[in-house]
Amino acid sequence: MESGSGRIFFGKPVPTFPENAPLATSFGAVPAAARRGRFAETLPIGIFLVLALLPLAALADGSSYLVSLGARIMIFAIAAVALDVLVGYCGLISFGHAAFIGLGAYAVGILSAHGIADALVALPAALVVSALYAFLTGSVCLRTKGVYFIMITLAFGQMAFFTASSLAPYGGDDGLTLTTRCTLAGFPFINDERAFYYLVFACLLGSYLLCRALVASRFGRVLRGAKENAVRMAAIGFDVYRFQLAAYVIVGTLGGLSGFLLANATEFVSPAYMSWQRSGELIVMVLLGGLGSLNGAIIGTAAYLLMEEWLAGFTENWKVIFGPLLVLVVLFARGGLIGLWSELMRRLGRG
Amino acid sequence: MAEPILRLENLRKTFGALVVTDDLTLDVMPRELHAVIGPNGAGKTTLINQISGLLAPDTGAILFAGRDITALSMHARAQLGLARSFQITSVLPRFSALENVALAVQSRVGSSFRFFGRAADETALNAAAMAALADVDLADRAHVPAGALSHGERRALELAIALAMEPKLLLLDEPMAGTGHEESARLVGVLQRLKGRFPVVLVEHDMAAVFALADRISVLIYGRILASGSPAEVRADPRVVAAYLGDEME
Amino acid sequence: MSTTLLLVQTLNGLQLGVLLFLIAAGLTLVFGVMDFINLAHGVQYMLGAYLAVAFYTVTGSFLAALVLALAAALAFGLLLEFAVFRHLYDRDHLDHVIATFGIILFLNHGVKVVWGAAPLSLPMPELLSGSVRLAGGLNYPVWRLVIIASGLVVAALLYLLVTHTRIGMLVRAGATNARMVSALGVDIRRLFMIVFGFGAMLAGFAGIMIAPILSVEPGMGDTILILAFVVIVIGGIGSIRGAFLAALLIGLVDTLGRSFSVDLLRLVMAPSPARTVGPAIASMLIYLLMAVVLYVRPTGLFPAKGR
Repeated sequence: MESGSGRIFFGKPVPTFPENAPLATSFGAVPAAARRGRFAETLPIGIFLVLALLPLAALADGSSYLVSLGARIMIFAIAAVALDVLVGYCGLISFGHAAFIGLGAYAVGILSAHGIADALVALPAALVVSALYAFLTGSVCLRTKGVYFIMITLAFGQMAFFTASSLAPYGGDDGLTLTTRCTLAGFPFINDERAFYYLVFACLLGSYLLCRALVASRFGRVLRGAKENAVRMAAIGFDVYRFQLAAYVIVGTLGGLSGFLLANATEFVSPAYMSWQRSGELIVMVLLGGLGSLNGAIIGTAAYLLMEEWLAGFTENWKVIFGPLLVLVVLFARGGLIGLWSELMRRLGRG
Repeated sequence: MAEPILRLENLRKTFGALVVTDDLTLDVMPRELHAVIGPNGAGKTTLINQISGLLAPDTGAILFAGRDITALSMHARAQLGLARSFQITSVLPRFSALENVALAVQSRVGSSFRFFGRAADETALNAAAMAALADVDLADRAHVPAGALSHGERRALELAIALAMEPKLLLLDEPMAGTGHEESARLVGVLQRLKGRFPVVLVEHDMAAVFALADRISVLIYGRILASGSPAEVRADPRVVAAYLGDEME
Repeated sequence: MSTTLLLVQTLNGLQLGVLLFLIAAGLTLVFGVMDFINLAHGVQYMLGAYLAVAFYTVTGSFLAALVLALAAALAFGLLLEFAVFRHLYDRDHLDHVIATFGIILFLNHGVKVVWGAAPLSLPMPELLSGSVRLAGGLNYPVWRLVIIASGLVVAALLYLLVTHTRIGMLVRAGATNARMVSALGVDIRRLFMIVFGFGAMLAGFAGIMIAPILSVEPGMGDTILILAFVVIVIGGIGSIRGAFLAALLIGLVDTLGRSFSVDLLRLVMAPSPARTVGPAIASMLIYLLMAVVLYVRPTGLFPAKGR
């Protein structure tokens, strides 16, 4: 851990700051807006370049496995980037994020069950449903703080889960298979794996840019300030609740987008998409990459899903290894992969 | 006769069996620096918390510029022009001093529901913030993270944040708390320059500062105003000397 | 809706409530005293059940299995505290959530590796395996009554411990203001260890007692963990009394809700939609309850730290 663990007043360490500290400090969550420097600018370019070129590399391979894996990673990355805004920048630990993915997916599924497969209907439906659920549940959740907030987001996630499980006409516990992927004005554009891949790519790029703009904007600055000192923000005149609710709705809607894409990718929807374990996994993905950096959310998602693919090949019980690994990450590599990389560069740079 | 900018009517606050604010009535006139002094435990910070909206009184009314704000939330009162500093420094440690103040400016100019454009680069906000920092002699420390500032500098930052709100009433809760001789003399100088711009309610222990700055002083003992008047009147009041000043003036 | 069914389900609700209390008690104390969110509490409950099965296979005696499993559960809890949790007390809640989530993954899949994924069973003691006639036409399993009784006994013991012993006083003080207790010179590390170990034992005990009735399988702690958290949130964090009342309330609401939701809904709607909506509402009932309680009392019914 970087220098700066100051006095420990029974419990939370009070950070002390070296005089000429750059605006970015490494105490876990690093405000991306404050990170200047080449790394922060080139990393996303690198990420998106790799993602953009992946299908071309897969061409050589011949199979569409890489492409569909890549699409899957990007789909969850959309949800993870959104969640990072909430957890990393607003300090709101939502344990019910998977519900929005599920809602988006079920919007597609239910419409499909009624014969409607047009994206022009399904996508807005997915977004509106998630936004609405985010608004209604958020307005209740955000009146609480700390562990109560975690619990109540969990509760609402469970509510969505159980509702989906009880929808017998739409598969209930077993889920529902889509007859077809969404079409665009009748044209089955995204049936082609590569076309779908680039659609997902565009959505991820768009979501990422939106979130990056958001956290650096006036709106984002209020939220980042509230994360650090909510009382101070109120004393300056900000109604923190309204800002957080708006952020919660935006994040939830992006989750719905992720769900829409997920349903199309797997051509299947199931309550398992919204289990609380899934919500936990999403938080893990964000943390693994590096909280509060948006790039980290993408990297963490890729790391988690790749690990899942790779390790699951060895043993069905790979989580026996992953569990303790997670504990070690929390104890020693709190800044995630990006934190580790920064630390490494720092040490190498010092020579 | 001018209307008071702040009127507290029969304010009462209890914590269980402990009466912290006991039927308190106080007027603060526009353009005056009104000091509130009293021994520890007299309820000074609780009083500031009630005026600013952090705490709700049990009974009584708070009127600001003639308007009853007793039921208003803290942020609503801030929007009306009520600014405060905190006794225990309350800044945003990971933000630079400039951004701390710029946020206060941002709140004042409104429309923070802007999702695009880097807030940190906004020249108008930053210029106004620099002006406030200059008022408290912190301009050369603008880009230092607030957490890296010295204690005295952070007290000054608290003041700058409040100033950036262009307040109609400034509540200062022990701005000199924990500062050394030199720092507190500097803060007194700053406050001298700011006097007259807007009314100030100053809660302070530092008697030298109080008597140098105050137009009027109210003495708070056990949640009640014992005496209220000009510094000379208060200094001479035998009740005050007996209850509080006697020791302080040694 | 017969009276017999109502009586049976009420008793079942009490049994669930008592079980929830055993788990929630440890959870609320750990949270109240150490400000530590322990998601791994559910797998400690599961571990108790698995250990009991393992020891029963070796000893053939339920009582021996109970004692040994309790000891092992305590040991494991202390090990977890020492190796992992102790280093996280001064971190923020997110770190607790992720780390304990990792422990859940580890143990849920770990038991699969050791014991396989198939559900296991633990036979209850011969003597207590029958049914008893409670009222006209109502036979109720003795073991369930044993669970209720043992839960109430534990609750009473806890009450005595917390209100009449020095350690209990320290725990109550710690739940109200841990910093002050530490500042007063109490060895806070040891207090934490005791609280944690005790909580782990209670959770393990719950797992052992329920094992003869439910099947012992990986992931069995997950649902009950969520319920336990709902209990402590409703009851108020740090409060044993709150946990007790909330646990009984939730046990009853959940059980009775599931049994009678369809019937109740049939009073206001047609049978077919009632049969679809009923179970859905029943499973959501406690979450709705929690949302309502938090709306009215944002820190629960009896929070230890009086806000």
